[in-house]
Amino acid sequence: MTHGKPAILAEGLEKTFGETRALQGLDLVAQEGTVLGVLGPNGAGKTTAVRILATLLRPDAGRAEVAGSDVVRQASDVRARIGLAGQYAAVDEYLTGRENLEMVGRLYHLSARSARQRAAELLEQFDLSDAASRPVKTYSGGMRRRLDLAACLVAAPPVLFLDEPTTGLDPHSRLTMWEIIGGLVAAGTTVLLTTQYLDEADHLADRIAVVDHGRVIAEGTSQELKARVGGERLVVTVARGEDTRAAVRALAPITGDEIHVDETRGQVSAPVIHGARMLADAVRTLDTAGVELDDLSLRRPTLDDVFLTLTGHAADVSTDTDQAPSRDLAGTTTR
Amino acid sequence: MSTLTPTVPNTTAAPAALQRSRLYWAIADALVLARRSILQIPRAPEMLVFATIQPVMFVLLFRYVFGGAINVGGVSYVNYLMGGIFVQTVAFGAVTTGIGLAADMQLGLIDRFCSLPMARSAVLTGRILADLSRNAFIVLVMLIAGFIVGFRPHAGPGEWLAAIALLLLLSFAMSWVAATVGLLARTVEATQSAGFIWLFPLTFVSSAFVRTSTMPGWLQVFADHQPVTIIVNAVRAFLLGQPAGTDGWLAFVWCGALVVVFVPLAVWLFQRRTSR
Repeated sequence: MTHGKPAILAEGLEKTFGETRALQGLDLVAQEGTVLGVLGPNGAGKTTAVRILATLLRPDAGRAEVAGSDVVRQASDVRARIGLAGQYAAVDEYLTGRENLEMVGRLYHLSARSARQRAAELLEQFDLSDAASRPVKTYSGGMRRRLDLAACLVAAPPVLFLDEPTTGLDPHSRLTMWEIIGGLVAAGTTVLLTTQYLDEADHLADRIAVVDHGRVIAEGTSQELKARVGGERLVVTVARGEDTRAAVRALAPITGDEIHVDETRGQVSAPVIHGARMLADAVRTLDTAGVELDDLSLRRPTLDDVFLTLTGHAADVSTDTDQAPSRDLAGTTTR
Repeated sequence: MSTLTPTVPNTTAAPAALQRSRLYWAIADALVLARRSILQIPRAPEMLVFATIQPVMFVLLFRYVFGGAINVGGVSYVNYLMGGIFVQTVAFGAVTTGIGLAADMQLGLIDRFCSLPMARSAVLTGRILADLSRNAFIVLVMLIAGFIVGFRPHAGPGEWLAAIALLLLLSFAMSWVAATVGLLARTVEATQSAGFIWLFPLTFVSSAFVRTSTMPGWLQVFADHQPVTIIVNAVRAFLLGQPAGTDGWLAFVWCGALVVVFVPLAVWLFQRRTSR
């Protein structure tokens, strides 16, 4: 399915909020029936991009097409063919699950009867039938997210935007969401998924766009991105914290200069080729240098490493910095 | 939960959307959202109870505690009071519109609505329609409370009609004012304080509870000419079967002016908030 018109296409999107340049020429492509993972730290511009693609914001420059229609000039055509699930479950607390879905169905302009049928189907599929007649305020976090996702599937849209669909969910609910998203894609839906969880992108996305400062800094499959980091990494954990410098000196001749030091963990890591052979060399040189080891291992690169290599800073997944920058700038919610 | 197998119909199996004119959807979508707001009422009955008990307290307080000390000339105080109570109830009740809008913005519901192929205007009109019916219900409760404490209107059918029409128009106008406040304030808390704070002096420095002639001269000038007094005077005159004079039509003009100013303002703000 790599030919034909892409389901999501963004070219050179720019958006400025006051002094902040949220997007600075963002390009994205997602082929039909695939998952594009948009990965980046808080404030990278992920939410702004989603809001533009879902017709909630107008770009200052650039253009975007979703399901074959322009997001600015043919906004209503786009709206009829997308589903959007934001960072928090946007469902009415006081209505029941069923009433929420029926309301959304009517707003998609389904007849009363098909809205009712569709609501029942979705409640069944999302394991919410038992709770269908209860107000949403009695639901758990995971149930709300499932209802929210169900709400954006009412019209069975071919394109879905999921903005951090699992942020704040417990591990079990997270797995359930992954399963659901996987099922949707298997059925032919195109999904754009933003996340700050590297394992989520790794698990769900066919292709990943790494976004930082409003721009895509790398794009490819998870394998391709990992390959850019240079395959395997040698990770050395020293027994005495002060030995990290000695370890770097000892390793530099065999691994090259791209060595990353994590002082707090006493870890030194570097990309390596022919890892197994190098392992023996590493042990020898470190021993000669008198560096006492706690652990020595070869690790296949993770997306964390990709991020580190591409941006020079680790992916910040802490939630205490909150979504404030991106959400605030993105518009209607808070200020 | 691992048994979940969401089999999503592909696009060809998508339920078919109906095709109608834009005006049809502007109305139909507004009705869907009005129904939503009305469905919320029995789920949070404390909100309606509070909105009803507060004016009932005012009725009791003024009828039995302050009323005896207030001289309003020819009419009984309870007959004088009720016109003011109706106007105050409607004006305060309309703040709900702004609070609801702010809550929807905070919860991301407005984003959801705006990502749907619905008429965006319905987000405002649907809510205002619901608040209008809610306000009408509360006024009915006030009327009954009034009858119980001795309110005896002397209005003919035309005057009843005029009083009801004026109160509904006021409710409609004030909802748009509150919507503007809500869209500016953005949070429920801010809308609550920003929505009520100016309503207190406006309703109390008026003819709602006392005759303005008892106020100091400088205050009288303000009280006599501000819209709450004019609207209260009109409603009161209609209900008591007295000549309303210029206040009769001026009251409608004031409400109309609020509509003319605040409908475009709220719509403009809403568009700014939703599609920057």
